[in-house]
Formats: sequence, C-alpha cells, structure tokens
Amino acid sequence: MNPPVRRRLLVALGGFGALAAAAIVLAPLAGSTSIDLRRALNPSLPFADNVDAQIFFVARLPRTLAGALVGAALAAAGVVFQGLLRNPLATPFTLGVSAGAALGAMLVITTGWTAAWSGLPAIPLASFAGSTGAVAIVYALARARHGGLSTHVLLLAGVTLNAFFSALILFVQYFADYADLYRMLRWLVGDLDVASYQPIAAAAPLLAVAFGVFAWLARPLNLLSLGPDAAGTRGIDVRTAQRAAFFSASVATGAAVSVAGPIGFVGIIIPHLVRLMVGADHRIVLPSSALFGAAFLVGCDVVARTLMPPVEVPVGVITAILGGPFFLWLLVRRG
Amino acid sequence: MLRAADVEFSYGLTPVLRGVSLEVPAGSVTGILGPNGSGKTTMLKVLAGTLKPSAGSVSVDGVDLSRLPRRAVARRMAVVPQETHLAFDYTVLEVALMGRYPHLGAFEIEGPADVAIAREALAATGTAGFEDRPFGTLSGGEKQRVIIAAALAQLTGAADGGSFLLLDEPTAALDLAYQLEVSTLLRRLQRDRPVTIVVSTHDLNFAAGLCGSLVLLSAGRVLAAGGTADVLTPGNVRALYGVEADVRRHERAGHLVVVPVARAAGGAER
Repeated sequence: MNPPVRRRLLVALGGFGALAAAAIVLAPLAGSTSIDLRRALNPSLPFADNVDAQIFFVARLPRTLAGALVGAALAAAGVVFQGLLRNPLATPFTLGVSAGAALGAMLVITTGWTAAWSGLPAIPLASFAGSTGAVAIVYALARARHGGLSTHVLLLAGVTLNAFFSALILFVQYFADYADLYRMLRWLVGDLDVASYQPIAAAAPLLAVAFGVFAWLARPLNLLSLGPDAAGTRGIDVRTAQRAAFFSASVATGAAVSVAGPIGFVGIIIPHLVRLMVGADHRIVLPSSALFGAAFLVGCDVVARTLMPPVEVPVGVITAILGGPFFLWLLVRRG
Repeated sequence: MLRAADVEFSYGLTPVLRGVSLEVPAGSVTGILGPNGSGKTTMLKVLAGTLKPSAGSVSVDGVDLSRLPRRAVARRMAVVPQETHLAFDYTVLEVALMGRYPHLGAFEIEGPADVAIAREALAATGTAGFEDRPFGTLSGGEKQRVIIAAALAQLTGAADGGSFLLLDEPTAALDLAYQLEVSTLLRRLQRDRPVTIVVSTHDLNFAAGLCGSLVLLSAGRVLAAGGTADVLTPGNVRALYGVEADVRRHERAGHLVVVPVARAAGGAER
C-alpha cells in the first residue's frame, strides 16, 4: 500500500535535496587543480594573493551555481512540457525555444555585435530574445485555430519551427568565418563556462518566477494528464493552467539556455528517472526533478572538467554520453 | 434539478444543438439517446459546463451554471468520459484521489479523510483490490469503474441539494460482461446514494435497463422526452434510427428490450 502523498513528498525532497546540496558543496572542490577549502575561505588572506580563493570563487563556484540553476530549470521545464503536451517524449526544446535562442546567439556571433545591456553580454541577451520570439510565434499559431490553446498545434508548430530555425542557423553559419564557426559550435553543444556571477544573477529572477508558477501547476498537471475536458470538470481553469504551463516552462528554458546554451538530455532523462523512482504524481515529480536535475548537471560538469585535464569537455557532451546509455539501460531493465 | 433551456451550440459554422430543453429531476436516472452525430456528447458537455452554449442556459437548482465558480460546480457535478487514457503511470488510488482536488485549497495536499473517501469509493465500485496497480494495466471495464470511483470521491461531501453524475457513453468501449457490470453498478449507486445520474448512450437496451426517463435527440433537436416506457416506442426508434424494431418487456431482465428487425421503408431520417 502506498504511503500518503505528504510522506512521499517529504522523503523525495529530503533525498533529492541532500543529493543536490552535496553536489553543490563538493563540486567546487573538484578540478584539475586541487585547492584547500580552508585557505580559499580564509578572510585574512588578500583575495589577489589567494589563488585557492580565486579558483574557488571565480572559476568554480559560478559554474557550479550555474549548473545547479540550469539543471533544475531544464529538468522542471521538461516535466511541465511533458505534462502540458501529455507526451512523455516532450523536452524543453520540443517547442522551438532552444532553436529560437540558438538563432539569436548565432546572429550575434556572426555579426560581431557586442553591445551590452545592464552589464550583460550580447550573446545571452540575444539568445533570450530569440527564445522569446519563438515562444510568441508558437503561441500565436496554437491560438489561431482554436479559442483555447491546442496542444496538438503547439507540438506541430514547435517541431516545424525547430526545423525552420535550424535551417536559418545553417544559413547564418554558411557566412561565418572559421573562428566564429568554432564559437557557434561550442555554444550549440552547451557549456557552463560562465566565469562570472552576472548571467546567474540575470537568470535567477526569471527562474524564481517560473518556479513559483511550477509550484502552483503541479496539481493542475495531474488533472491535465486526464485530458483537458476531464480536467475542467475537476474544477480547474484549463486555459489558464495551459497558458501558465507554456509560458513558465518557456521562460525557464529560455533563461537556462541563455546561461549555458542548449544542454541536451537533462529535460527528458531526469523527469523519466524521477518518475521511475517516485511515481507519476507531479506534486512529487516536479520538485524532485528540479533537485535531481541540479545535482545531475553539477555532477556532469565535474566530469567535464576533470575527464581530460587541462581540456574541459563541454558539459552537453557529457550529459548525452552519460545520460543516453543509462536511460536505455533503465528502459530495458524496466521492460 | 438540472435544467437546460433552449440550448444552442455550434462547432464553427456547424450547428450541433438547436434549441434543446430538458429537465433532470433530482435522484433520477435520465438517458440522452440518439444516433451518432445527434449531439448527445455535446449536450452532456454543455450540461457539465465544459462547453458554453451560444444561446440558452443550463441551471442547477435554479442557479445559472455559468454564474457558479468552477470548483463549486466540480464539488457537485462529476463527469465520466467514454474512455480515459492517462499520459503517465498513475496508480489506481492516485486516480481516485484526483476526485478530491476540488475539495482542496490551491496548495493543500489530500489528508487521511480524503484517502478514506477515495478508498471507500474504490470499494463501492469493486476496485479496492487494485489501488496500488498502475491505471494503465487495468482492463477497459476496470478502468471505467475506477473513473466512476474517482467521480464518487469527487461528489462525496457535496453541498446541499445532492450531486450529479454525468456519464458519456460509459459502455461504448466495453464488452457485454463489462456493460452489465457498469449498468449494475450505476443502478446500485443510484439506489444507495443521493446522486442524480445523466447518461448519454446509443445503446437502447442499456438505457432501457438503467434509465427512468429518456430524452431522444435527433440532429440536435429533442425528438421526444419522458418516462422510458412512454418514449421507447417502435415509432420513436423508427424516427430516430430509420429502423423497424420490436420493443417488448423482457420478463427476466425486468425492463423493455429493443430488437432491430429491418431498415424502415423510405430510409432513415438521418
């Protein structure tokens, strides 16, 4: 007999929370250069002379925090998109958000635009603008045929827009020089090489709003999995819930991609792994996925930094290499 | 009392309901009958508030449905669709507990009383033994009984005035044994609980065995309405389906049965 939801939620939050906390605390200590944490945190040493503190606070802590935020955002957005579309194969990138972001980033790289706004560099700004544009187009298309939000049209429009933006990206790349092409490739693979707290500070308010909406969405997503009509007869405003899901998950995805590029696999593998462990209830799956996503991406980044020192492999490569086979093994084992 | 007055509804430019009026007295079992495309399911959705009529109104105990808050309606009115496919592997108990959501605050988690209500509803539908099983592993009949249990859990603790259970072709996807099972279950529920049942179906014999009154819909209009014995006549069956049928009382079943015999001369009015 299943224990009550409250107890299952507390156990899941405790377990995944401890995992995420351990990853965030331990990750800055790992790397090609070993550091002394006591020395790094010693306030009596001048920062300019304290190499351990510089490595800890400038090189490792920002990317660990970025990894935690991006991992949590992509995993939770994956859960929300899967619930909204009633499709377990949906990812945060299915509806064209990442392709729009990528087009924005590619345009900035190829034009060499460097203008900054509020201290933010041009590439994250352009990628967030691109993702917002893609979201607006997909939403307008999904609204055009129905008064409400057609999830079928959302899905088809998103997939088509993905292909269209990919073609535009190839077109832009065709005119880029070799140096820009390399930067584009690095960005498209996904990387946590943030090297400052600025992108994190810029993305954090957006993610905070998105996570606030996610907390409210967990129960409506359970009902939406019965279908929109059945959900409506259980007392929820289906249109409001669908719009809230679409926009909050899109904002979370756009913010995450603007920080680290389109890191693949986190948004699909984490929700599935979590469901295998805690069941289908979104009230447990959503927060658990956010915490596990944070721990997973931070862990993958440690592997990326330490696998072939001094070379740092892009973390997007590691998520796919680790995640893909593990996910397939789980599927076969479960079957 | 659930009442529809001069309800009209269109999908785009295609009119589906054309001035439908009907009354469902409290505690009754009312069937909405008609051929495919006659507007049965649409009428049920309008009665449930899922679709808003383009003209006319639906009222519950004299109060216009559109003026009632969604959650208040959900606490008094539950809908059982023809089939339920879940996107994820919820357990049977989790599905039944979803019926309690209209009774909870925005961030409230169901408590022991809600779990007890869900388990009682599962027991009432003979599905208590499945509570830890994934819903997707059940047979069609078992799934339908679990969804009816979720509806009962939803209606438990309804405010004054009793509750309404609306079922859309609940036996359409079921074999004969499961049809009988669902029919028996609904009769028992109506006898044991203060629930008013409205069922849309194209199965005349299922309706004859279950319903005290019928509303016959033809091309979005009410062809006939009243007590089952008065409405279920060979003439109405002919007008509705274009079929000559024998309508007789079956002694062992204890209700009317309809046996189609031949296509009516001149074809169907469809």
